[in-house]
Amino acid sequence: MASITLRVNGATKVVDVEPSVPLLYVLRNDLNLQGPKFGCGLGQCGACTVIINGVATRSCVTATSAVRGEVTTLEGLSMGGKLHPLQQAWIDEQVPQCGFCQNGQIMTAKALLDRTPKPTDAQIREGMARTLCRCMTYYRIQAAIKRAAGVVA
Amino acid sequence: MNTFSKIPKHIEDALAEYGPTRRDFLKASGALVVSVSAAAIAGPFALAAQAPAPAGGPYPDPDFKQLDSWIVIHADNTATFRVGKTDCGQGTGTAFRQMMADELDIAYDKTTCIMGSTDVTVDQGGSGGSDAIQTDGWPMRRVAAEARRVLLEMAGTRFGVPVDQLAVAAAVITVKTDPSKRVTYGELVGGKQFHVALTGNNVDATTGVAKVKPVQDLKIVGQSPQRYDIPGKVDGSLKWAVDVKLPGMVHARNVKPPLAGAKLVSIDESSVRSLPGFIKVVSKGNYVAVVCEREEQAINAARQLKANWEKPATAPFPSSENLFTFMRSATPTSGGNPAVVGNPDTAFASAAKVVEAQYDVPFQGHTAFGPAHAMADPSNGQMTIYSNDMKSYGMRAGIATFLGMPRDRVRVVWMDGPQGYGRTAADDAGAEAAYLAKEIGRPVRVQWSRQEETAWDTKGPAFACTLRGALDAQGNLVAFDYLARAADYNHLGYNEPDTVLIAQLMGQRRERPAAGSAATPSEMYAIPNRRMTTQVVSLPLVWETPLRTGNLRDPNGPQATFASESFIDELAAAAKADPVEFRMKLLTASTADDSGFKRARSIACIKAAAQAYGWDSRVSPKAGGAGGAGAPGRAGGGNILTGRGIAYAFRSQTVVAQIAEVEVNRTTGHVWVKRLVCAHDCGLVINPEGLRRTIEGGMLHSLSRALYEEVQFDTEKVTSVDWVSHPSLTHADTPAKIDIVLVNGDPNPNRPDLPHYGAGETVCKPLIAAVANAIYDATGVRLRRVPFRDARVLAALKSAGT
Repeated sequence: MASITLRVNGATKVVDVEPSVPLLYVLRNDLNLQGPKFGCGLGQCGACTVIINGVATRSCVTATSAVRGEVTTLEGLSMGGKLHPLQQAWIDEQVPQCGFCQNGQIMTAKALLDRTPKPTDAQIREGMARTLCRCMTYYRIQAAIKRAAGVVA
Repeated sequence: MNTFSKIPKHIEDALAEYGPTRRDFLKASGALVVSVSAAAIAGPFALAAQAPAPAGGPYPDPDFKQLDSWIVIHADNTATFRVGKTDCGQGTGTAFRQMMADELDIAYDKTTCIMGSTDVTVDQGGSGGSDAIQTDGWPMRRVAAEARRVLLEMAGTRFGVPVDQLAVAAAVITVKTDPSKRVTYGELVGGKQFHVALTGNNVDATTGVAKVKPVQDLKIVGQSPQRYDIPGKVDGSLKWAVDVKLPGMVHARNVKPPLAGAKLVSIDESSVRSLPGFIKVVSKGNYVAVVCEREEQAINAARQLKANWEKPATAPFPSSENLFTFMRSATPTSGGNPAVVGNPDTAFASAAKVVEAQYDVPFQGHTAFGPAHAMADPSNGQMTIYSNDMKSYGMRAGIATFLGMPRDRVRVVWMDGPQGYGRTAADDAGAEAAYLAKEIGRPVRVQWSRQEETAWDTKGPAFACTLRGALDAQGNLVAFDYLARAADYNHLGYNEPDTVLIAQLMGQRRERPAAGSAATPSEMYAIPNRRMTTQVVSLPLVWETPLRTGNLRDPNGPQATFASESFIDELAAAAKADPVEFRMKLLTASTADDSGFKRARSIACIKAAAQAYGWDSRVSPKAGGAGGAGAPGRAGGGNILTGRGIAYAFRSQTVVAQIAEVEVNRTTGHVWVKRLVCAHDCGLVINPEGLRRTIEGGMLHSLSRALYEEVQFDTEKVTSVDWVSHPSLTHADTPAKIDIVLVNGDPNPNRPDLPHYGAGETVCKPLIAAVANAIYDATGVRLRRVPFRDARVLAALKSAGT
């Protein structure tokens, strides 16, 4: 076990865990940030996505000790009680079916829009391609991203 | 240390309303940790089911013949509806609120809905079969209408006027002649009970005295309020079944047999005993699990555990490459008595043209986005299972029997979860968590690994179909011979104590496995001579197999309809007829219809789909030829071939027609479904926007099955175990355009008793065939084996010389 200091959603957190523990378990079980979900543990599906230093990162394959810089989880997007425009677009478009993947969809879209504020259809398809949804809400997700970005569908 | 524990909000709310309050409870526990004790959570329901005080355990069955079991009116003039269904993400909870609020005459936003927790809501079976609105909506409407009637009577008594002198709107009753005389529902019964008995031989038949409103009087039904569960799903505040934490909880992971049918010989516990957090290895028969303090410790220990397994003497199944050969040569376990209409043999003998084709659909997994999981709390001699099980009532009954506990000491608290579209009808983790919790004496959280889930979840059965059709000289379809063989022996039920996987692995099995089933096509075509044969075949390994079948979204429908609606297209091509016109001719050849006017509504849907798409009448393939260098559908001589295909089906009384437009890349074999059109008739629509999204999701799920999904295995084990080896549809595959037309094709569309049929699974049925028919239209090449992955399509194009 080792004492590891993390910056998460603007706060400093100290956890006492094995350094190799994937960040996902620390967020969910030690820090009660359960927006990130376990989907595969292999970095293939995106359910566990958090943003670290602006990069959408799969927390299920990220060792806690390797984390440098600010971690943002889904809970951290709506700071100050106001939803992030993407979250609002998700509600406006009524995107989710079961909703279990939507943490990954929203966080991946956030990093995409931060990088490319006015994405083309192709950039959305490419940028989101590795973030899976088994309810297949892709059509609405893409509409919500365009809505949040203010680009016409 | 965790300083946080979360029980479902609806239970918290119920506690706040009735039971020992959460605040008191927190105070008593002395910390911000909620010990979810049996008595505390029994509180709300003990009250609702008060009449005969429960003599046994803390979780008696809610009595569906009591109005109080369904509807609670609060002092603040709001209402809570208790329904025994689960919402798998299609917004049924929102729809139930609309239907019940409309009948009760209360504003939608003054209502809440509690779903699927076995001690709080009556047993309506949980979800399945897309029957929530179609079947369960009726008792919900009737009990809400009855509550309205009772409230009006109370007001009449209060004001000393006959009920017909009263008006009601938005949960406020007024005297018509003197509107100053007014009383709210909350003032009449808020915080109290109705004590009104209902009648009905079963829960679906539950009714009071009141009649439901005519369709024309429904005001909230037909609108599209936003789903109440979505904000919590996008801001991270919703607590899911995976998120439950309890004081003293531990984590478990299973260790599955490395080969299907392997027997456990021995476990070397020393391989894990010294690992951090290790608590115990639990094993019985071939079931093995490792329990540790922390989640990552359990994952690690399950990986490290050394065990000796004995390989089975005979191969459990053929490899997936040889599956269809095996299925066609196997002796069926059931079936063989075909349903015959007319005289098909004579018709075939005198036909101008006979067409024959075989269609194959592999096993396809549920592959839920999050693997199986559950938390079980064994405190105080009871067992509470926190689960996303869609059939929570079946799980509760199954686990009670499995553990040998009285039913009224076991309950399932239903919470949201990742959808597998039928996976949790035969959930496994609930029984595992409960068994381990009983063994360990602490709350246990179980979660499967991705590889475990993809390999060992329930599967939609593989189908091998053989079809023959006979055309007369005018191109009329005069005979149809359909044979479907499904690898569906020992199809799983609903969390039964002798079929759930842990029971199988422990050797607790029923004597006679379920027979399973194949399916016949669902269409209203008038074909004078027909033979329909459905057979089931068994793979060598019947129990403890990763190829165990369960209900995958519209079980058997996509397989049977892929075969039948592809074949209808082949017949249309053989008859040199346009695919839409060929179908319309078959639907209009007779005027006979069923009580739901399904034939008339089928015609309406096909017309609506064709119109929405802008269908141009012509023979497929595009240029009239079949394959070859001058292949049809090629845009400007490039590599992209385009085409469109239609397919149609019904499920119960819901009818859909779908058109797919495809682009096929001749160089790579890649298929992109660029546009989808769906005409959909499910009778009375409760929430149009919710319905549209359900249709979109269902169609794209079937598109994933059409293009990518296949369970692959060698003769020892499943080899498609993650999202690389078992690919799924992605954002890149999403159609550019999806058009949905909500059809009301009833011959009397304004009738006051227009029924609300089910939605969801029907759209899964024709989609694969629509895509195959579009690929044929584009390329002249007929794909008869699912899925249409690039390599298979490319090989088919090459062998046709396209």
